[in-house]
Amino acid sequence: MSNKTLYDKLWDSHLVREDEHGTGLIYIDRHLIHEVTSPQAFEGLRMAGRKPWRIDSILAVPDHNVPTTRRDEGITDPISRIQVETLDQNCAELGITEFLMNDPRQGIVHVIGPEQGATLPGMTVVCGDSHTSTHGAFGALAFGIGTSDVEHVLATQCLMMKKSSNFAVLVEGQLAPGVSAKDVVLAIIGEIGTAGGTGCSIEFSGSAMRGLSMEGRMTVCNMAIEAGARAGMVAVDDTTINYLANRPYAPAAELWDRAVASWAQLHSDPDAVFDRTVVLDAATLEPQVTWGTSPEMVLPVGGVIPDPDKEPDSIKREGIRKALTYMDLQPGMAITDIRPDHVFIGSCTNARIEDLRAAAGAVRGRKVADSIKQALVVPGSGLVKRQAESEGLDEIFKTAGFEWREPGCSMCLAMNADRLEPGDRCASTSNRNFEGRQGQGGRTHLVSPAMAAAAAVTGHFSDIRKEQD
Amino acid sequence: MEKFEKHSGLVVPLDRHNVDTDAIIPKQFLKSIKRSGFGPHLFDEWRYHDHGEPGMDNSLRKKNPDFVLNHPRYEGANILLARHNFGCGSSREHAVWALLDHGIRVILAPSFADIFSNNCFKNGVLPIVLDEDIIDRLFTDVEATHGYQMTIDLPAQQIHLHEGEVLSFEVDPFRKDCHIRGLDDIGLTLEHAAEIRGFEEKHRQTAPWLFDKTS
Repeated sequence: MSNKTLYDKLWDSHLVREDEHGTGLIYIDRHLIHEVTSPQAFEGLRMAGRKPWRIDSILAVPDHNVPTTRRDEGITDPISRIQVETLDQNCAELGITEFLMNDPRQGIVHVIGPEQGATLPGMTVVCGDSHTSTHGAFGALAFGIGTSDVEHVLATQCLMMKKSSNFAVLVEGQLAPGVSAKDVVLAIIGEIGTAGGTGCSIEFSGSAMRGLSMEGRMTVCNMAIEAGARAGMVAVDDTTINYLANRPYAPAAELWDRAVASWAQLHSDPDAVFDRTVVLDAATLEPQVTWGTSPEMVLPVGGVIPDPDKEPDSIKREGIRKALTYMDLQPGMAITDIRPDHVFIGSCTNARIEDLRAAAGAVRGRKVADSIKQALVVPGSGLVKRQAESEGLDEIFKTAGFEWREPGCSMCLAMNADRLEPGDRCASTSNRNFEGRQGQGGRTHLVSPAMAAAAAVTGHFSDIRKEQD
Repeated sequence: MEKFEKHSGLVVPLDRHNVDTDAIIPKQFLKSIKRSGFGPHLFDEWRYHDHGEPGMDNSLRKKNPDFVLNHPRYEGANILLARHNFGCGSSREHAVWALLDHGIRVILAPSFADIFSNNCFKNGVLPIVLDEDIIDRLFTDVEATHGYQMTIDLPAQQIHLHEGEVLSFEVDPFRKDCHIRGLDDIGLTLEHAAEIRGFEEKHRQTAPWLFDKTS
């Protein structure tokens, strides 16, 4: 009788060897590459006279530096341009498949992998990007790596690593209308903290997780890293399989049937033992808004800004004080009285078609408030953009006063021209509210797509559940 | 990777929880395609009052006198004393390159983010985990003592504190060995190339759909 967790199964099925200290050599099935964390790895490979081990495992795309306007003019920032050109050259020279900036399939690496069916259940997936945890939504073992490990995977198709602990997060029950996957994951991070998952792989399960679409599951797994876990994952079910059917890189015909049969194993056994388990009641979850400079500084929309003087731990107290100073917020202030002047709908967390539909639903027939200086919608990929346009979502956004942009990471981390200025306050569907993340001196509030859209039209945070009544 | 056996130096305390890699090296500096030159922009947004960009002459910029790395007493420090969850967030190895380029070879903290810790070991920077109460005491002592130095002896897994006390620390035996010998772990893995090929062949038989789909 097997009692393995999903993570145990994925680990065991990719373990090439283990040394006497328990360091495993893990085989990597899919290596996703973008322009920021790969140039030094390719350079290292070249200097050592090594070649990539398995070219067909690699899929590359530029996403962090790409402009979201006027693609026909190329990249005007010369340093960004060199970085993207370096990726293009490395891929061309080695024969690596790359979706170039003007390819209609280009987009954020964590959006295009699943969209293409290049992320499959049972895979190990790595990328030089911490949000690689996204792909765990497919019952895959997916995690971010540094550039030295990018080079290691290029050269050996493997990674040396220790097995992590098993952490189960169960979300049971029914989510209220207007409460989304983003609210679920923000509430989880609020509960366990940004280091709560350190050293762990988190499996998200429970009836509320099973009820989420693949887009929603990706949103949750995407932010596992914000809870400190390198990998987040969800067991395979019909939702997973239905999403993948007929995707370009997914298997077809007889191979598809064999794959689907094998994917039926990709769940934790009933007797599987987890090192830690946390249970959340979905029915009690409210829309969430972060108020500070760490994703764990989060509250339900009905909450008020905390008072640092009431925090007993002196380091945490100082942390809250610093965060409130940076965010220019006062203790006791209602979350709904916070007035963003920017809205960003995008990122690998929330730029898939379902996210754009949810945001458009909150905008339809309304106008962006006068107090909003800029409201951006940046689709996660060219194909998401095309799909949204075919549904008329772009018109809803544009009519309301949003800018409708080209796909990329954009203002999530502001490596391209899309950024906040000092003092700007942004309702953002991205994943990190760190100081300066969206631009030096910029203030970020993380929210769901519908909550960001509602903030755009009302000029302040509001309870989307009431907006939808 | 540079060999690491013993390391002595001045300790600088960074008294903040959850220091993220965006703070360690802001995004605008990630556009470089090199591994070097990140040190001058380590903690750029905290070290300087103005907005930093790659290639700027930092000597012309206004420093933030309140930031600990700018305190004259910590000039030349090469051991960083930090708090809980140091290096969280982005996987950018540039954060470690920036610390190393600035001269930091050892970081002491109650906990590190996983990817950051892994990146340290790949670059000859030693992340040492110590109990929270020991870290608390070190913060008090380092702040109270001008010129607080310590020595890290990796083979012995010991820290010789300023006042002579000796602490032990844990480190993964494989990582320790790589650090002491300055080993290239790609070379180590390739010693098992035949085993990897053998695994790959079996894997291809079991799950052929995982192969040959992007070329």
